[in-house]
Amino acid sequence: MKLPYPWLLASLGLLTGVLFCASLLIGPAGLGLSDSLAALLAGRGEAETLVMREIRAPRAVLALMIGATLGLSGAAMQGYLRNPLAEPGLLGVTGAASLGAVAAIYTGLSALVPLALPLLALVGAGTAAAMLLGLAGARGGALTLILAGVALSALCGALTALALNLSPNPFAATEIMFWMMGSLSDRSWLHVQLAAPFMLAGWAALAVAGRGLDALTLGEDAAASLGLRLDRLRLAVVLGTAASVGAATAVAGGIGFVGLVAPHLLRGAVGARPARLLPAAALGGAALLLAADIAVRLIAPERDLKLGVLTALVGAPFFLRLVFATRRRLA
Amino acid sequence: MPRPPARPGRAPRLATILAGAAALAGTFAALPAAPRSGPAPETAEAAAGPAPLGTREETAPQRVVSMNLCTDQLAMLLAAPGQLHSVSYMAADPRASVLHARAGAYEANHGRAEEIFLMRPDLVIAGTYTTRETVAMLRRLGFRVEEFAPEATFADIRANLRRMGALLDRAPQAEALVAELDARLEAARAAPAEARPLAALRYAGSWSSGAGTLAHEIVSAAGLRNLAAELDLAGMARLPLERLVMGAPELLITGRPFSPPSLAEQTVRHPAIDPLLSRAAGAAISDSRWVCGAPFTAGAVEALARARRALTGVDRASLPSDPAASVAGLREFAR
Repeated sequence: MKLPYPWLLASLGLLTGVLFCASLLIGPAGLGLSDSLAALLAGRGEAETLVMREIRAPRAVLALMIGATLGLSGAAMQGYLRNPLAEPGLLGVTGAASLGAVAAIYTGLSALVPLALPLLALVGAGTAAAMLLGLAGARGGALTLILAGVALSALCGALTALALNLSPNPFAATEIMFWMMGSLSDRSWLHVQLAAPFMLAGWAALAVAGRGLDALTLGEDAAASLGLRLDRLRLAVVLGTAASVGAATAVAGGIGFVGLVAPHLLRGAVGARPARLLPAAALGGAALLLAADIAVRLIAPERDLKLGVLTALVGAPFFLRLVFATRRRLA
Repeated sequence: MPRPPARPGRAPRLATILAGAAALAGTFAALPAAPRSGPAPETAEAAAGPAPLGTREETAPQRVVSMNLCTDQLAMLLAAPGQLHSVSYMAADPRASVLHARAGAYEANHGRAEEIFLMRPDLVIAGTYTTRETVAMLRRLGFRVEEFAPEATFADIRANLRRMGALLDRAPQAEALVAELDARLEAARAAPAEARPLAALRYAGSWSSGAGTLAHEIVSAAGLRNLAAELDLAGMARLPLERLVMGAPELLITGRPFSPPSLAEQTVRHPAIDPLLSRAAGAAISDSRWVCGAPFTAGAVEALARARRALTGVDRASLPSDPAASVAGLREFAR
């Protein structure tokens, strides 16, 4: 039984909406439902309003946007590379974005120029994405891509840890976890303001790429004969991924596996057409990340459990299943 | 039982080694002698802390090395001239150490067995939580190592002061410092009728100090209530931003941010706290006086007590502004 495409999008949208509301209503302050709504909508109660409007609302909005970013960019990378293992987290794009963000924050640059944070993360993510796409290319094998990705993530992870360990600030070294695993705790509207424009621009670039990705499924030569400009497509994928993933990572750290799982769960339901998969994967990614962010608050509310822990718990078995499937296909 | 350190076969150092061995042998020989009936402070706190009888020696240690920020400061306060040889490198850090200006007079160590070994101390003082391997190694090498638990209460401070006094053969000086501490605490105490406003401690990374911590003792001694303790948090614990905002404390006590910045410190100034700050009549800084328990801890209590009086209107003086740049989150690192 297959759901028609509009219905699929509508039900994913509904699921995301429900999870968004749940994210607003769950938190350590333990507010009741009516109190929460009164505070959020009517501003009733000073402390309650602060909790709802300044703490929970930006957190839920960020989870929504970052999840959508990761799902969307995962779908776009998988479409462009025609490789089911492509994902910004696994291939080191988020790692490179983290490195850029770390450079911006711990040198004190972002304190002087707030825009330096998303911009440097964007530069990191863009460099990584361009390197990957250049190395593996539209006809590169899975092996090249994964090797390049592993090398890149290891290098970026090591440089991030090195920068944090060398920082004279004693707190910096304890924040390696954040940049590797990601977290949304105590984010504010400032972070939304900083990241949202870049994420929206990235989404637009990736949406434009959708049609080209459809043509690319026929193979490079066929796509070129249809009038597809491969270099432009590549630019759109690199810039779109860099802007959106860079901004997302700059404010929430590196969150893995969402970009891998969301497109895969939905690919069968949309009929393997990249342009159709993009919006579905964006909604799916948003739902996944909202659910993960709710779970970290339910499992260990006082411990600041990192988001990447949960997404990896779900994503790693999924990844293994993919590896086995790939092996069977190759055998 | 102390025994002479293993001797490396290096000729140029032979003289010092022999001297050290002789000194140690001297103390060794002196051990069986009856413990001296000096002016030892015999209070309940002292009985809980001091060294066992057998380690009290006739001659005071002459070359003392301290490896922990908190024992560094106790030793600097109590040691006789020339008695203390080396303190940890953190003792010179103005953000963590109250006595940082005095630390320059001593050699700095980094708590590594090798450098301590070469210093040839006749007494090594360490904290119970840090440099465990170093302490084990130094004991194997035959050094006398005394360990001090971090102070979580004012009773602990008195006990550690008296124990340090006994170890360094400076008991009268230790008693004087205890008396000074008690007098200053008494002066800062709130009258029973005075209001006890709610204060919240917030360090980088949403950490706070609940019951059973020195910071909680400081807040309580200054006549304030501690939000974290009222939320049933104990020890160093995370105080989620939401619960802090819901608690609506009247005084927010934070650390001073480092430069260059870190992410954990950014969460300290989340926009949700701003209204709290403007309404809460301001914030106090938790500085190096909060890191270790010592007589200067009374200074932190006095500053908070002034902040409390400014809040309750008993004393309209403005909130204290302390020039000492330091951060309380360092507590974790100092130990």
